[in-house]
Amino acid sequence: MVLSAVLVGLVLGLGVSSTAQAQGETGVKGTLKDQDDNLISEVEITVSDADGNEIATTASAEDGTWSVPLESPGTYLVALDESTLPNGLLVRNGRPQLEVEVRASERTVLFPLDTQLDPNAQPQETEAPGGSDSTGDGEEETTGAVEAEDEIDPEIESAAGPTRAVSLLFSGIHFGLMIALAAVGLSMVFGTTGLTNFSHGDLVTFGGVMALMFNIIVGLPVWAAVIGAVAAGALFGWLQDWGLWSRLRKRGTGLITMMIISIGVALLIRFATLFFVGGERRRYDEYVGQTPWDLGWLVITPKEVYTGLIAALVCSAVGLALVFTRLGKATRAVADNPSLASSTGIDVNRVIRLVWTIGGALAALAGVFLSVNDGVKFDMGQHLLLLVFAAVVLGGLGTAFGAFIGAMLIGIFVQMSTLVIAPELKYVGALAVLIIVMLTRPQGILGRRERIG
Amino acid sequence: MDWHFVFSQALTQAIGPTMLIYAIAAIGLNVQFGYTGLLNFGQAAFAAMGAYGLALAVVAFGLPFGWGILIGFGAAIVMALLLGIPTLRLRADYLAIVTIAAAEIVRRLARATVWSEYTGGSDGMRGFSEPFFELSPYNPDANWSVLFVSMDGGRLIVDLGIVDFQYSSRDLWVMTVGWILVAIFLVVVGLLVHSPWGRVLKGIREDEEAVRSLGKNVFAYKMQALVIGGIIGAAAGFIFALSRANVQPDTFSTDFTFYFYVVLILGGAARLFGPVLGAALFWFLFNLLSLTLNQGIRSDLIPREVLAPTQVGPLVFFLMGLGMVLLLIFRPQGILGNRRELMLDVR
Repeated sequence: MVLSAVLVGLVLGLGVSSTAQAQGETGVKGTLKDQDDNLISEVEITVSDADGNEIATTASAEDGTWSVPLESPGTYLVALDESTLPNGLLVRNGRPQLEVEVRASERTVLFPLDTQLDPNAQPQETEAPGGSDSTGDGEEETTGAVEAEDEIDPEIESAAGPTRAVSLLFSGIHFGLMIALAAVGLSMVFGTTGLTNFSHGDLVTFGGVMALMFNIIVGLPVWAAVIGAVAAGALFGWLQDWGLWSRLRKRGTGLITMMIISIGVALLIRFATLFFVGGERRRYDEYVGQTPWDLGWLVITPKEVYTGLIAALVCSAVGLALVFTRLGKATRAVADNPSLASSTGIDVNRVIRLVWTIGGALAALAGVFLSVNDGVKFDMGQHLLLLVFAAVVLGGLGTAFGAFIGAMLIGIFVQMSTLVIAPELKYVGALAVLIIVMLTRPQGILGRRERIG
Repeated sequence: MDWHFVFSQALTQAIGPTMLIYAIAAIGLNVQFGYTGLLNFGQAAFAAMGAYGLALAVVAFGLPFGWGILIGFGAAIVMALLLGIPTLRLRADYLAIVTIAAAEIVRRLARATVWSEYTGGSDGMRGFSEPFFELSPYNPDANWSVLFVSMDGGRLIVDLGIVDFQYSSRDLWVMTVGWILVAIFLVVVGLLVHSPWGRVLKGIREDEEAVRSLGKNVFAYKMQALVIGGIIGAAAGFIFALSRANVQPDTFSTDFTFYFYVVLILGGAARLFGPVLGAALFWFLFNLLSLTLNQGIRSDLIPREVLAPTQVGPLVFFLMGLGMVLLLIFRPQGILGNRRELMLDVR
């Protein structure tokens, strides 16, 4: 969504605006402003009913406000006449006509105005695999005042029955692999240091943003940007442990304090992203609209297949390394019992540094792969984080293999649940699973009971 | 640069309606986190319970305003029980994960289109606050002036020369109720934590096993603390909803909770006046920073290429977050706190 809308959301979120709104009257209203908050007057706005019959035309006043009273609640079309806009100004999201649902109150309609319209402005719909158009979200995006929260992964609307289930299963496996990439790092950091790292989701965003930078600003092809982003993610993880977490451990900072610090770090990354990238969903310049492969029983885009396969390979490589390499064994030893590992000569701090580096790299990889499908947005990691937590808790906190299993289960559950429940509630289902697991088997599938205090 | 305006606004906000929301929510959090050591990362959801309980009762079910308040408190208690039963027996970080997940569930359910005819979906609800403002003793058309205090068309102006404070009559009523609530909660919490009950809470925070070995039912004490903190959080939700005369689901995000923590830790956790001081200071600094930056841009002291007006928001939040991290690293006890009291650990 547009930056201004996000900012409005943020400001409202903190309750800065305390002006009370008029209540009780039915109608639509709004205030026209450009990106610098200059008020725009004398712009014509036409309101018509759902059948297209014009009800009223009004022009915005000196202070940019306009309003049209309506007789009854219902669905109305609000159209802004772009030819009456002052020089160079355009409706930023390319939607001068909005369909709004008016209830028994005055409804605010926002048109985001801007001088520079991105010629490649994408319509807001998330891209649907299998080429079917997603028709969801329409209602939310008309508001503009509230940030429309595009789901991280696309819906499948048209296909029905078993085909839809198969499609959902595959997109669930894909999504699960993405969660697994992020979850392994989170779980290993928890295992080795005891820290529940709330900033791990924003490491995912960081990867997506780095790839965006390499791809759009530096101009590298996406495959090279992926490598760059993973390297940047590894470096970022290493730097975080070197500059912050290892020092905090040395100071003897409590784990709860560290946990709250990690939320602070998450906000720092998120707002830095918002500052530099802005609030819109940004896409890479390749693989945006890909022709899907139609296998009859399954329609899938090549990018999904390849990113899924790479993710599966990386996850298996990490798993094999944990079991067979010396360093992997040392990592598991530290996760099991840091002091015992230390007394057998394992350099615990070196292992933790390694876990942070690998964790950062894997999270970045997840970020890029998710962004290849759905674009980069500053809060993508934040939304993923809770699913990652659900996966890690389901598999057993602190175990790498548990995290993998948990991630696959959560990914498939999230997608398959849309067969039964509304797609907008699918995350709720996953989070409910998290709470139920807590209630019945808090140590998770692979965890051991004595870990729980 | 209009420094008079900047400081007047910042000070006005430092004791205004918004600050009260944070102060009250942080008092609740203080009972849970400060005194008992419960990591409730879902305080925003308790506020949402209050706000949505009130709004749904009044708008969707047409109940009287008083019932709305009761339903809001009731919803917060139910939520505390639902969250507490599975998690309070587990380690502290499990409660953190479950509460943050529950807060997200509440937000997503509130914005779901499935029942948007009742909840308004992502637009939220309004039209429940008039009964509250009808109780206001402040006349919206009052005009008088005594020394430096004057009332101009219902707008209170306190002009102290260097700075002035200005509040609309609606804000004034919200603030009156809000500060009374703050006073009540401070007295209640103060009495509670200095009672034997409160000493058990602190004992649980310091060493749960030791308290258990004394034969205390740790689970019950934790649950009581969670419920009391949740009720206070719901009261913050009422003030939030009433001061803005609407409720919107996306305002109850996890960031909201995090800023409660900022406020609490800034003032000093486990200190009675910590939340109030923290909230005042937080909002003073927040407004000072954003107004100064905005004014700087407007008077061309800061070139627009360096900082666009739309970037001020993220930058200020970034700086507040940075301040929070530095505070936690170098002075985790906040302004009023006692360092020894906050050496919390979960292992």
